[in-house]
Amino acid sequence: MRHTISVLVENKFGVLSRISGLFSGRGYNIESLSVNKTMDVNISTMTIVTTGDADVIEQIIKQLRKLVNVLRVRDVSEMEHIEREMMLVKVRTEKSTRSEIFNVVGTFRAKTVDITNNSLVIEITGDRGKILAFLKVLEPYGIIEVVRTGAIALSRGSKATSDFK
Amino acid sequence: MKMTGAEILVESLRKQGVDLIFGYPGGVLLGIYDTLFDSDIKHILPRHEQGGIHAADGYARATGKVGVCFGTSGPGATNLVTGICNAHMDSVPLVVFTGQVASNLIGGDAFQEADIIGITRPIVKHSYLINNPEEITTVIREAFYIAASGRPGPVVIDLPKDIMAQKAEFKWPSKIELPGYNPTVKGHLGQIKKMLRMLEGAKKPVIYMGGGVILSGASEEMTKLSELTGVPVISSFLGQGGIPGTHENYIGWLGMHGNYASNMAMAEPDFILAVGTRFSDRSTGRLDGFAPNAKVAHIDVDPSSISKNVRIDVPIVGDCKVVLNQALSEIDKYSWDKNLKARKDWMEKIKAWDKKQPFGYDRESTLIKPQYVVESIYKVTKGEAIICTEVGQNQMWAGQFYKYKNPRQFVSSGGLGTMGYGFPAAIGAKLGCPDKEVFDIAGDGSFMMNIQEICTAVQYNVAVKVAILNNKYLGMIRQWQNMFFNNRYSQCCLDCQPDFVKLAESFNAVGMRIDRKEDVEGAIRESLKIKDKPVIMDFTVDREENVFPMIPAGAAINEMLLK
Repeated sequence: MRHTISVLVENKFGVLSRISGLFSGRGYNIESLSVNKTMDVNISTMTIVTTGDADVIEQIIKQLRKLVNVLRVRDVSEMEHIEREMMLVKVRTEKSTRSEIFNVVGTFRAKTVDITNNSLVIEITGDRGKILAFLKVLEPYGIIEVVRTGAIALSRGSKATSDFK
Repeated sequence: MKMTGAEILVESLRKQGVDLIFGYPGGVLLGIYDTLFDSDIKHILPRHEQGGIHAADGYARATGKVGVCFGTSGPGATNLVTGICNAHMDSVPLVVFTGQVASNLIGGDAFQEADIIGITRPIVKHSYLINNPEEITTVIREAFYIAASGRPGPVVIDLPKDIMAQKAEFKWPSKIELPGYNPTVKGHLGQIKKMLRMLEGAKKPVIYMGGGVILSGASEEMTKLSELTGVPVISSFLGQGGIPGTHENYIGWLGMHGNYASNMAMAEPDFILAVGTRFSDRSTGRLDGFAPNAKVAHIDVDPSSISKNVRIDVPIVGDCKVVLNQALSEIDKYSWDKNLKARKDWMEKIKAWDKKQPFGYDRESTLIKPQYVVESIYKVTKGEAIICTEVGQNQMWAGQFYKYKNPRQFVSSGGLGTMGYGFPAAIGAKLGCPDKEVFDIAGDGSFMMNIQEICTAVQYNVAVKVAILNNKYLGMIRQWQNMFFNNRYSQCCLDCQPDFVKLAESFNAVGMRIDRKEDVEGAIRESLKIKDKPVIMDFTVDREENVFPMIPAGAAINEMLLK
């Protein structure tokens, strides 16, 4: 099962490697990990997407909570939440296909951010399903390169991860 | 008044109540050692950093205090790694200081540089790299608190050379602020009541007690709970001494070489109260054969130990001593006579198993049996000595043939199984408990791994006794090759061993060789008379003796080989 875990950490030396090391050392899988500061520059949020059965996820959460620099851990996939990732995709274009691709970009509410005679760079944000669907549609035109951020996630409603124990 | 980083460091250690350090100097530590020269903190110089950290570990286990050790950067620091991992696996509180090259050289592959924070990250409870002299006091306060509280463990502090020379004001922090670290000490009362209700209703209950009982100082509470409820107690290997080994409710320790009754009993209970144990694979055997019909309640200060290996029905997070006290204050509200008949039958069944298959060996043999040596040490020391062990057959026999009356009396490398641990650990234990007799029950293979520490023991007049069960083999390897590899003794024969007597003498220690069974007891008695230096006793034991019972790897707990 795929789980999205939100981790609030102290913004200190070596925290990222403590967390990634915990996953590699115990044989857990990280699908994606994204991290940046919160409103408080001393605190960062990590969104970790991982896979495992219920026992594995329970261990991951407990092991994360054990780390001294970890303030809060929350499995947001247990609750209603919003998840987004961003992708930049460079796609091959020809005169004949360019307008078609623009149509696709419009339909997906993506954005063209670079253009040459034979290529486009497109920016898109969305949940994983949307990103994959977009890639699938673009594939026949010839994808040159793709970069994706990891997912970031927030629970719906007024509670913050920092409110959860 | 401003002080150098080194002075702040040493003053912080004094404030922290440190009176004994095990350490090995080196280039980047010279400033600190210069400061230590004027300090009243006792410093022990081992002959290898690994010896130093195992000594700090043995000191911590025997006394319950935090062990402190120093190693220099690079090779000094990497020599500490085994000891850090050893302490991590067995939850031993250590604060380990490593020297580091000057901050402007870090990352430049400088002389004797190693990324020790990176190297040790998976095997520490926490670690710090000091960035400026102002933070030294805070880091030290936090480090000692983290090492000793919750589930104890090692904390590494990396000290760049230049920071130790820079000056700052000494400011001792009034409190510790660690927002991400709040170990749960008190147990959830609802869960404790649930546990007691299940214990009350059980017909075949057992208490399974681990090293956490010893670490949290919960022995008295543990004994009381067993006595008031009449529930038999089985310990893990490191839980030995959690309740007196001679107590009528104590069954023994379970696992690969634990006693028959414990292992048989653990396959059958309807309820287990596990206290301070992590259900190690060496204890449980194949998991689906471990108490398949039991409901399990588990008290542990580390939430991640709960349901890690064995599915737990009633999790109780908290310090063992605190939670057991909470349970004891509720205990009168339950009826412990409820299933009295069934539970008496259960206890009798367990005792019958024990009677049928106690730990044993061929007592008629004219050869010195290694078990006989351990039994003789038990007899001569009246069960009062601190017993440290090396790793392998010697360790198992030390678990089987010595009964541990008290907590912190049995010092052994459980989780990591570190050969070479016992002797330096014994030095640390003796320095921490000078009034106790301290033995290292050793194999000839393991003892060779930190033999240089004889020098340390001689220099500081540490009167530890080493009992080498000398079979000129890596005994446990030989046993496995004997039992599972068709007697193909691949690389387990120690054909070339030193003359341990001459070797001891060359170190200015006392050496004894014991070749005859009738000399065993006398030699041990003789060794106790020596109060100012280590005694190395080389017992020539039956070479082919095996440890039984044995649960073969991958077998269930009640599928023991008895011979």
